[in-house]
Amino acid sequence: MQLSTRKVLDRAFSLIGILAIGAMALALIVILAPIFKRGLGAYVFRATIEHRRLLLEHYNRGNRAGVESELAQVRLARQPVYDAAAKCRQEIAAMRGRQKRTLTKELRDFDAKLARLLGPAPGQPTPVLMRLQYGCSRWDQAQEALHDILKMEKWEYPVAADGTPLEGYKVFAPRREVFAGTSLEPVFEYLETHAKEMLRPRATFYWGFLTDESKDAHFFGGIWPEVLGTFYLTLGAMMFAIPIGVVSAVYLVEYGRQGRLISLIRTCISTLAGVPSIVFGLFGLAFFINTLRLSDSKSVLVGSLTLSLLILPTVIRASEEALRAVPRTYKEAALSLGAGKWRTILTVLLPAAMPGIITGIIISMGRAAGETAPIIFTAAVSVGQPLKLLEVFSEPTPALSWNIYNLCTEHEAVDRIRHVQYGMVLTLVLLVLVLNAAAILLRARIAKKLKG
Amino acid sequence: MQTATLNSPSGPESAPVVAPPGVQNRAVDPVRLEGGRQAGAPSPPRNHVTAENFSVFYGDHEAVRKVSLAIPEAKVTAIIGPSGCGKSTFLRAINRMNDLIPSCRTEGQLVFDGQHIYSRQIDAVALRQRIGMVFQKPNPFPKSIFDNIAYGPRLQGRRKSELPDVVEESLTKAALWSEVKDRLDQNALGLSGGQQQRLCLARALAVNPEILLMDEPTSALDPRSTAHIEDLIASLRGSYTIIIVTHNMQQAARVSDRTAFMYEGDLVEFGPTSKLFTKPKQKQTEDYITGRFG
Repeated sequence: MQLSTRKVLDRAFSLIGILAIGAMALALIVILAPIFKRGLGAYVFRATIEHRRLLLEHYNRGNRAGVESELAQVRLARQPVYDAAAKCRQEIAAMRGRQKRTLTKELRDFDAKLARLLGPAPGQPTPVLMRLQYGCSRWDQAQEALHDILKMEKWEYPVAADGTPLEGYKVFAPRREVFAGTSLEPVFEYLETHAKEMLRPRATFYWGFLTDESKDAHFFGGIWPEVLGTFYLTLGAMMFAIPIGVVSAVYLVEYGRQGRLISLIRTCISTLAGVPSIVFGLFGLAFFINTLRLSDSKSVLVGSLTLSLLILPTVIRASEEALRAVPRTYKEAALSLGAGKWRTILTVLLPAAMPGIITGIIISMGRAAGETAPIIFTAAVSVGQPLKLLEVFSEPTPALSWNIYNLCTEHEAVDRIRHVQYGMVLTLVLLVLVLNAAAILLRARIAKKLKG
Repeated sequence: MQTATLNSPSGPESAPVVAPPGVQNRAVDPVRLEGGRQAGAPSPPRNHVTAENFSVFYGDHEAVRKVSLAIPEAKVTAIIGPSGCGKSTFLRAINRMNDLIPSCRTEGQLVFDGQHIYSRQIDAVALRQRIGMVFQKPNPFPKSIFDNIAYGPRLQGRRKSELPDVVEESLTKAALWSEVKDRLDQNALGLSGGQQQRLCLARALAVNPEILLMDEPTSALDPRSTAHIEDLIASLRGSYTIIIVTHNMQQAARVSDRTAFMYEGDLVEFGPTSKLFTKPKQKQTEDYITGRFG
């Protein structure tokens, strides 16, 4: 081959490589940037007085005196609205016929929308559902609710010049017009101009999103049970997979008679790595719960075991490669000093192979934390309490990966908890990153110690 | 101490090895460390390792062919010969390092201290504590200098409080103490090649072996480090039985008392070094040492 051809080929290869890496980085940014931006919204947002009241009443956090004085001011700001509504109600009572019926319905609608924005009106009985007991706790949601009050959706069906009806379209008409002439009419302007006094939004870093339990199916509060569940499941899977995986790798490399049986086992392990994860989930259900009866129903223990089976091939293969890469001379040196086989493995081979083994662990840890399918049947529930350590043997747990999916498919008001979903995604990504960073640091430290 | 020396730390795989009276309690015998054994030994040295029609096979290939020789105690014995002549294989057979190779088997007799090295009763792990080895390429563990030296003594169950003394003593014997005494906790891989090899020597000495096998210990070193190692061998002569395999005939002539010349698995000639290099009996030996082949 000619020199020029070889040069062109070399260049083509490096160009393709750079392009591929660039495309990957771009895709990562395109995916991660919105997740970070919107997920951060679960932690950092403008919180209203309702949020602070909620924290005080349900989590016992915050400055009680401050919140109460704020509440007093807020009540003052809200009072004109309620007064006007009461007055309007009397006016409507005095009306007759169709106008009375229409306005009664419209006023009920207004009351409901106002309750969503500000919480139940004073004097009303406390609703049972917690989501109805408070107004909007986030300013972005409050603005939506306010818009909902100020404007009403209307469908316009224009008619063409020749009388054929055209396609309808949606318009927002000011709700004020409905109540024209009543005492409620000026309230709309008041609401628009005084919304901030009524809700007092304030930029807040809500760290409790990570450490609080959720209230009323994620309407309020944080995602601690999910985070803890993911943590338990991941660490549990590691606790089972690492010892079994490393010991298996030691057997395959050091003890197993290299022959047909060992290569068969190796093939099986590789095949296992390719089995769809949902199959592992079903296996976990069938074997650990139905056959072994490790727990009555789903539990963290069973979920961890299932996840550990899933990541076992990765751990074994990585440990095997790492053990194989340890120079033979280390082994010879240990043996020549009178170390037995297992002593050599324990004191020389495994320490020297540790960086490689940890690499395998890092890869599989991210996988275990993010896997959803294996835990659907074995460990995950939609809503739950944070588990105590001993409960992992018998209790199921919510987990980030499963709840991200579950919230968007099964939650009755998913549109109002988008921030929770994005927050969960961000937290999962960060959790995996933190776990990986810890493992990478550990590996670097060990590698440095080995290199001298 | 007896059990600690002779029994494998792994317990179940150990077989009872009966040590001859001379080497009982050697782990705590200070006289031996001083080389005191030679002081009262004017009689001709006894043979430490004896091979009789000893063969080593790799599969069907006979790498060492019916070798018979007797290696004297407390002397330096060199084995020379061209590459692939079986000298390393023979050396590694003495402390059963060839056990690592699955296809390897032996025939004939190899006797160490009155025991057959390849008998079933011998525990290879305990044997290797009595027959130390230094390899061709320096192979310190990726651990600290201290831990490298203390590795063997720890296996023998030496108490933690004894270790600093053992480490110092071994490093001093290997003429490395003054260079590393201030950085014992640093990784051994940070040492130069020559220092690493002396460290490996110190590590082998720390186990307090009777025999020291050296498999071309200077082939990876520069001339100055080589000279250093050769000086060490000279200083250890008398305290240990040393068997050194070398490519370098000048080295064999410099350091050894007796030399064996092997060629294609056969032991061609074995005798006092001075005689073998000046008046070889065999034509092959003469051809080799005069550089006609090999």
